[in-house]
Amino acid sequence: MFGRVGVMLVKELLQLRRDRTAMMRLIIPLVVQMLMFGYAATFTVHHVPTTVLDLDRSAPSRGLVSHFVASGRFDVVDEAQSQSQLQSDIDHNVAVVGIVIHAGFARDLGSGKTAPLQVVVDGTNSNTALIALGYVNQIVAQFSAEEVAALARQAAGAARAPSGVTLQVVPWFNPGLEDTWFFIPGIIGSLTLMQVVSLTAFAIVREREVGTLEQILVSPIRSVEFILGKTVPFFLIGLADIALVCAIGILWFKVPFIGDPAVLLAGSALFLLAVVGMGLLLSTYSHTQQQAFALNFFFVNPFFILSGFAFPIAAMPKVLQWFTLINPLRYFLIVIRAVFLKGVGFSVLWPDLAAMAALALVMLAVSVSRFRASMSS
Amino acid sequence: MSANAAPTIRVSGLTKRFGAVHAVRGIDFEVSAGEIFGLVGPDGAGKTTTMRMLAGVLRPDAGTLSIDGIDVARDPEKAKLHLSYMPQRFGLYEDLTVGENVFFYAELFAVPRRERVARSAELLHAAGLEGFERRLAGQLSGGMKQKLGLVCALIHTPRVLLLDEPTTGVDPVSRRDFWAILYRLRESGVSIVMATAYMDEAERCSRLALFHSGEVRHCDTPARLKAAMPGALLAVHAAQPRAVHRALAGLPGVLGALLMGDRVHVRVDDAARRVPELETALRTAGIADARIDPAAPGIEDVFVALLGTPAG
Repeated sequence: MFGRVGVMLVKELLQLRRDRTAMMRLIIPLVVQMLMFGYAATFTVHHVPTTVLDLDRSAPSRGLVSHFVASGRFDVVDEAQSQSQLQSDIDHNVAVVGIVIHAGFARDLGSGKTAPLQVVVDGTNSNTALIALGYVNQIVAQFSAEEVAALARQAAGAARAPSGVTLQVVPWFNPGLEDTWFFIPGIIGSLTLMQVVSLTAFAIVREREVGTLEQILVSPIRSVEFILGKTVPFFLIGLADIALVCAIGILWFKVPFIGDPAVLLAGSALFLLAVVGMGLLLSTYSHTQQQAFALNFFFVNPFFILSGFAFPIAAMPKVLQWFTLINPLRYFLIVIRAVFLKGVGFSVLWPDLAAMAALALVMLAVSVSRFRASMSS
Repeated sequence: MSANAAPTIRVSGLTKRFGAVHAVRGIDFEVSAGEIFGLVGPDGAGKTTTMRMLAGVLRPDAGTLSIDGIDVARDPEKAKLHLSYMPQRFGLYEDLTVGENVFFYAELFAVPRRERVARSAELLHAAGLEGFERRLAGQLSGGMKQKLGLVCALIHTPRVLLLDEPTTGVDPVSRRDFWAILYRLRESGVSIVMATAYMDEAERCSRLALFHSGEVRHCDTPARLKAAMPGALLAVHAAQPRAVHRALAGLPGVLGALLMGDRVHVRVDDAARRVPELETALRTAGIADARIDPAAPGIEDVFVALLGTPAG
């Protein structure tokens, strides 16, 4: 049995060696996409174009605006003279955020009353709008805390400054809430899924198209041996992929890796088995490379979106949440993020590892039996 | 080798359906060592389906099929060691060289190294592919590819060789090489089953099975099939064979008329009685240059006579 699997492996290696561009095709897109996603996949918002309508024109109102500018999150691109000018700035995409400081802002603030402040946000990009609003809240809260403190000091030593409750937020595992730390491990898993599923499916469908598959099946080789010989190279390529993109994540993007590499290796191996199984399964439903392409497109994109890569699974409708249970990427992302950032091991991650093992087993078993059936037609 | 030895291939009641299509309907035949057994019939008659069942890649719905006493359906892996199947287009790795393709198929059948070296040299020589070992298979001509396919198919010295229209689209020189190899195999006792659309190739077979609608209608040597053809065959030569065909088809005593390029083959119930009648009919139709000779029937004539439709 190992003899015939070995023959298949030698053949695959010969073909790979003959294909001078193979290495380029396998590595360059992966590295380029890793770098691209690494920089682009971020929810951080900087330098939001902002228009300010200051109807108060007082020292505190100017102080508030300078807080916005000093944060680096907002750039004042226009100082509007009227409500309609502010409206037009947002309509014409000159500004995404409009801040309206009403007349009487300084007076109300000085007398201890609530000083009204209006913020207009362009909601067409709800993502940016929400994040920008979050910053507005932070900046305004900080501003008012400072003003209250100053006011209290002015009210002199007689009465002591009003004491309040301060919430101190300490995010664990990612103290700076760097979203590259969150995204990079996700990108590693997603890129590997996309590359390995299509490589596996296409390689087998190509043998079917060229007629070598039928030729091999009239030899005494068993389906399992053929499948092993055909998929082991892609399993190894997948492992190399993961190692390569992990290295980029750690060395280039400086994502901390505090876990045990052995846990990641185990997770990667199970993940790749499931992914190779998925590629195989797609190949048993495809007689031509076009069909394989269509199926690949149909399955891989939803697996990517419904993996928790960017969108929290807990926020999805129940039906889609159930669907994610058969998605190997979902489990792998949990494992890889946990190993990178939390440093937890088998004792915590075993349910996710077991889920991937079960998926791998089912997909491989179904595809081997379907593979046999697909030959007899 | 004689055809009387114990049969290598035994097929009985072999049946295959694809949904509503009854591709092969309970066929029986036996092939002995050293025979070239031809499957002849129009497209869709069930030849390829039969071939694929013999090769063990398609499971029959009913019937039995054994090769050297091994039940192909029950133990395909064991049977596959002894047989070789060459479909219309042999699956070669075009990005591997000639030598690498031969090596791959030899290893797949676990041919020992020394045997592989000797046999591949011998087969490549016979196929006229000597000196091309380092050429990529994708860069060979169609005929050379097909010969390389035959080399790969024969590298493990099979006892049964299954060929499905192997010379379709192959140049005449390569076809001659191809047949030279087949004759040598036959002498060494290999049983060859070959589906063919070429009637000249059918003539070279030891025995023929005439396929029609999934059934073997007749099965015998080419000579006996010809002898069994009812009636006598006449060849009518004329400058305008189409006019001859129109004038003679359907006359009393004419069992069939087949346009053969520059002449018309006319099958009649009784040559002595009908020749004068045909001459009269031709004169009446205004055809003056026609010449009627007795003709030796080809497989094409036999097929039409026995089954009523052309074979290819």
